[in-house]
Amino acid sequence: MFTLGVDIGSTTSKAVILKDGLEILATSLIKAGTGTDGPGRAIEAVLAEGNLRPEEIASVYATGYGRKLLKNANGEMSELSCHARGVHHLLPEVRTIIDIGGQDAKVLSLGTDGRMTEFLMNDKCAAGTGRFLDVMAGILQLRIEDLEKQADLSKQIVKISSTCTVFAESEVISQLANGVEIPDLVAGICQSVASRVAALAKRVGVKETVCMSGGVAKNGGVRKAMEQELGLNITYSPMAQLMGALGAALYAYDKS
Amino acid sequence: MGEGEKKPKFAVDPNSAKFKLNEIVAKHYKEVQEAKDRGEKIGWCASNFPQEIFQTLGIKVCYPENQAAAIAARGAGQRLCEISEAEGYSNDICAYARISLAHMMVGETPEQNMPLPDFVLCCNNICNCMIKWYENIAKELNIPLILIDIPFNPDYEVSDAQVAYVKSQFLAAIEQLEEITGKKWSDEKFKEIMEISNRTSRAWLEATAYTKYTPSPLNGFDLLNHMAVAVCARGTVEAAEAFETLLEEYKKAVEEGTSTFRAEEKYRIMFEGIACWPHLRTTATGLKSRGINMVATIYADAFGFIYDDFDGLIRAYCNVPNAMNLEHARDKREAIVKNTNTEGLLVHTNRSCKLWSGFMYEMSRQIGEDCQIPVTSFDGDQADPRNFSEAQYETRVQGLTEIMESNKGGKD
Repeated sequence: MFTLGVDIGSTTSKAVILKDGLEILATSLIKAGTGTDGPGRAIEAVLAEGNLRPEEIASVYATGYGRKLLKNANGEMSELSCHARGVHHLLPEVRTIIDIGGQDAKVLSLGTDGRMTEFLMNDKCAAGTGRFLDVMAGILQLRIEDLEKQADLSKQIVKISSTCTVFAESEVISQLANGVEIPDLVAGICQSVASRVAALAKRVGVKETVCMSGGVAKNGGVRKAMEQELGLNITYSPMAQLMGALGAALYAYDKS
Repeated sequence: MGEGEKKPKFAVDPNSAKFKLNEIVAKHYKEVQEAKDRGEKIGWCASNFPQEIFQTLGIKVCYPENQAAAIAARGAGQRLCEISEAEGYSNDICAYARISLAHMMVGETPEQNMPLPDFVLCCNNICNCMIKWYENIAKELNIPLILIDIPFNPDYEVSDAQVAYVKSQFLAAIEQLEEITGKKWSDEKFKEIMEISNRTSRAWLEATAYTKYTPSPLNGFDLLNHMAVAVCARGTVEAAEAFETLLEEYKKAVEEGTSTFRAEEKYRIMFEGIACWPHLRTTATGLKSRGINMVATIYADAFGFIYDDFDGLIRAYCNVPNAMNLEHARDKREAIVKNTNTEGLLVHTNRSCKLWSGFMYEMSRQIGEDCQIPVTSFDGDQADPRNFSEAQYETRVQGLTEIMESNKGGKD
């Protein structure tokens, strides 16, 4: 039996097809989120990769900010529960998940059975989210995927003191005007995200093993900065950005 | 606090508590306007200032907090906030203050009008921003400000020294009010008002306690509207009778298995903080659509004052939720959570109220841990619509629901 999970985020759409609630058959990721044709394209792509027709899917669950907009879904769950479920499926030893997406940062606490017992989210502000990194990459004329390489080249981190995206933007521009090295600035930007989200994690109470999920987890610069902030190793899966969709596919399997 | 309810589309039974309570609020505003028109001196007053004092003196006052809540619920919060901001008030200031200051500047606000004051009465047992807010009104309108300093109490109980400190201020305030308005204090009248106020409070507390039943006979959001009467008319027979009617209605509802919560009650939560008045429908629907009823709120206790004499009155007003220490405030909430079988806690991180939102970070953590219930919070504002995101609210409430469901033993 095949089930489909679709995670419609603020900037990307992700889809995962599961076989019998266990095996990941196909995945897709489209850089277009809620309110665009991204979800439809993500579904088409995942079906093509899995070589399946829509009618072969037993159940579809949606998650993410656009979860209520997916037509023909059999159900929807919050991205909180879906990330918890997805991560637990692949990394059962994880007790704390730090999920940073396009416009949200979340810290989830998991019980030994993988159930989410507690969560905290960022306040109504883009600081500490993927959107913050997007804006900063834009100012520096870098691609988002190049931030990690740049941060690795840093010799001396330039601290970004503003927590607000708008203020941080002018701070970065001022630093550029002062002639600071781009890699040092990028490392400072990654640290800024990490320190803000680490504060959320400390409020929940960090229990090992800690894992990062969501799109920002792909950025090694932020992961490294987070490890420094929390003083522990962060577990990472290449599936980080697809954990929500995977969780949704698992819920779809439960309900099918 | 306030009376943000929209005009009903159907006729309300004139014998119902809802009708009586709405009438009291309407009459309250009407009487203040009539007094003003007669040339009497009228005041603006903080919500946690003893209403019994005005009732005894026969002075008419109205409540800017109630007015601001009503204005915000009727969609005019941003318009008034922007008037204040254009005059130089920071948008970091409490939105009730910004709305009230704007109303003072424009003089007329159709969404909830009230006459301009001849004096202002401020009690800082609810917050300290209010001192500057009222000082500005007094300065701008060149009218007297009576300020009663009721400091935050770091101890668990109210001490005799604190009662003496606050009592001396109230006695001076009564003299000042006599001087300003020409009305006279009567101990006899005070005793009478005190009895009525206690009767009102008893009925209010007994009625609000009905949320302990499962399912609850009331939608907890009803209390946010009814509370306006507990604030502005506690010392009136009409208020006592209206709350007694409410109590009877809840008794009957329990017997008959009915409720004003128009959905199946699947989950029971505590809602912490002032209502998000500009988005009341969204926040209430986000709960109701998931079968979540608000059965626990500190508001019920906040406006039920029971006391035997003037010292008792002072002690009660020194012991309001925002003036008591964290442990005491936490214990009160935990007792409510346990008594109502609350399954989750939803905290409104209210940008307007730094005091309340500030202490909730730690208090909600302790409540969650002690009572073993999940906690979540959302950003919003009691009156400024710009500080709320519906999508963020939805995700947090859904996450809370999913944990509550999982705690019931539902499938993960």
